[in-house]
Amino acid sequence: MIADWRERLRIPLMLMPAMVVILLLFLGGLIMGLMQSFEYMPVIGKNDFTVQAYVNIFTNRTFLRSLTLTCWIGFASTILSTILAIVCALVLRQGLPGKRFVTFVFQLNVPIPHIVGAISVMLLFTQSGLLARIAYLLGLISEPADFPALVYDRYAIGIILEYLWKTTPFTGVILLAVLQSIGEDYEDLARTLGANAWQRFRYVVLPLIMPGVLRSSVLVFAFTFGAFEVPYLLGQTFPTALPVLSYLFYHDVDLNARPEAMAMSMIIAGLITILILIYMKLTETYMRAD
Amino acid sequence: MRREWQINWSRVLGMAVMVAIAVAIIVPMLPLAIWSLSFRWYFPDVIPASLSMRAWKYVFSEASKAPQAVIQGGQISLVATLFSLVIGIPAGRALGLHKFRGKRLVQFLILAPTIIPPLSVAMGIHVAFIRYGLAAKTLGVMLVHLIPTTPYVVMVMASVFTNYDPEYEEQARTLGAGLLRTFIHITLPAIFPGIMVGGMFAFIISWGQYILTLLIGGGRVITLPLLLFSFAASGDNAVTAALCVLFVAPAIIILIFTSKYLTGESAALGGFGA
Repeated sequence: MIADWRERLRIPLMLMPAMVVILLLFLGGLIMGLMQSFEYMPVIGKNDFTVQAYVNIFTNRTFLRSLTLTCWIGFASTILSTILAIVCALVLRQGLPGKRFVTFVFQLNVPIPHIVGAISVMLLFTQSGLLARIAYLLGLISEPADFPALVYDRYAIGIILEYLWKTTPFTGVILLAVLQSIGEDYEDLARTLGANAWQRFRYVVLPLIMPGVLRSSVLVFAFTFGAFEVPYLLGQTFPTALPVLSYLFYHDVDLNARPEAMAMSMIIAGLITILILIYMKLTETYMRAD
Repeated sequence: MRREWQINWSRVLGMAVMVAIAVAIIVPMLPLAIWSLSFRWYFPDVIPASLSMRAWKYVFSEASKAPQAVIQGGQISLVATLFSLVIGIPAGRALGLHKFRGKRLVQFLILAPTIIPPLSVAMGIHVAFIRYGLAAKTLGVMLVHLIPTTPYVVMVMASVFTNYDPEYEEQARTLGAGLLRTFIHITLPAIFPGIMVGGMFAFIISWGQYILTLLIGGGRVITLPLLLFSFAASGDNAVTAALCVLFVAPAIIILIFTSKYLTGESAALGGFGA
């Protein structure tokens, strides 16, 4: 009997420390953020529930413009980096000379923090950056202002460039592993049946790597939509990306802005959660189709 | 006969793409090193007029606060790594070796912190940390770093334990070895590569945290990423670049060190992205 009990408790006990971290710190933090966004804080005597913060931000033009900008950054970075990563993975798979070196370079990029990537983009792409200097040397521009504004710009080009630089290798490494595990038998079969290169890619390779593409796209979108550091360093002051706006509201001298800051950070977390749920539903239908 | 002289265009294109990939990834990293050694490198000079160790001397002096930031950040990351290993190894074992009810929910909960932005979590929990006296303290920052580090250790250890055979443990036990001896002589050697990889991931993730440290540390706990932000805003490119090099050094050293253990493409490598 005792042995049986110990056996039953074994798994919960092994999981408990990790669950304490996740439930108390992570989920606890989210729930407390949600409560504060509704201005419901019994600890300091605020027992009333109100959606005023949400009403305020959705009628605030600054917020709406930030939301649009953040969606643009997220979608543009995800779509471009996924396409680039598919091309990279397909080329790297071919086993051309230098493949080992390029694969190593791919992996080298992965542990470099985004902050460092952002500073590199700053040193390269600002109007007095290295590229502008090379353009001056080539006689393409005559002063820094002639160089196109690629950083702190309206279209968040600097931010997107940094995300492409960091996330393409991330997705590429995943897709390369997927491609290598699939092998080339299916393509050879399609080739003998007369499929050309595009048809082999569109009807054989792409459906096979689709689960990997979806998985990495969701991760890249969630990151580029919710990250703070890169838009804080490379973004213009108005409108800013949503995480930056949320942080600025949080540190506003007016304490009434805090519930609004919380509401924004809850919207970021909520949208990402919805995306993950859609993704999980999608993969379920994928599995059933198999 | 003519075929031999034909150029294989798809091969040429492939090589061109590979060169482009290598250049696009490596080139943005190079100016950092040069910039850190530059002296008054202004527009339109493409190469610095003169080199100097000014930035590096400043970075290693007390005045820059960088040495203190390295020590404080290193302590935080080491403690966060050790704790997340102690927490993550048993959880990884449970997920890798056993089937149980609610396993999918547990997996989902463990993955969630790697996807939900840390900003949302840190803002919400800040009030509680202030209330329990953890805000603006090293201990509080160490605790909050466990949120991003623990999931990676659990993920790495779960994949290690999926290929682990617990039979050996039972054999050692029937031969009279105690729990501790079984762990030290049987379990530990088998999972050691996983512990190295998981631990180093955890260290790099903690070392690179900015927003969690800023919010919970409240500007009192200074680590390298915080210092990097303030110098980037100040516009001293040489010092900023030197700090960048100092900041990435552990990650590069660790990557070279762990590549020995990272045989093949590890799914866990994806972790660095977030």
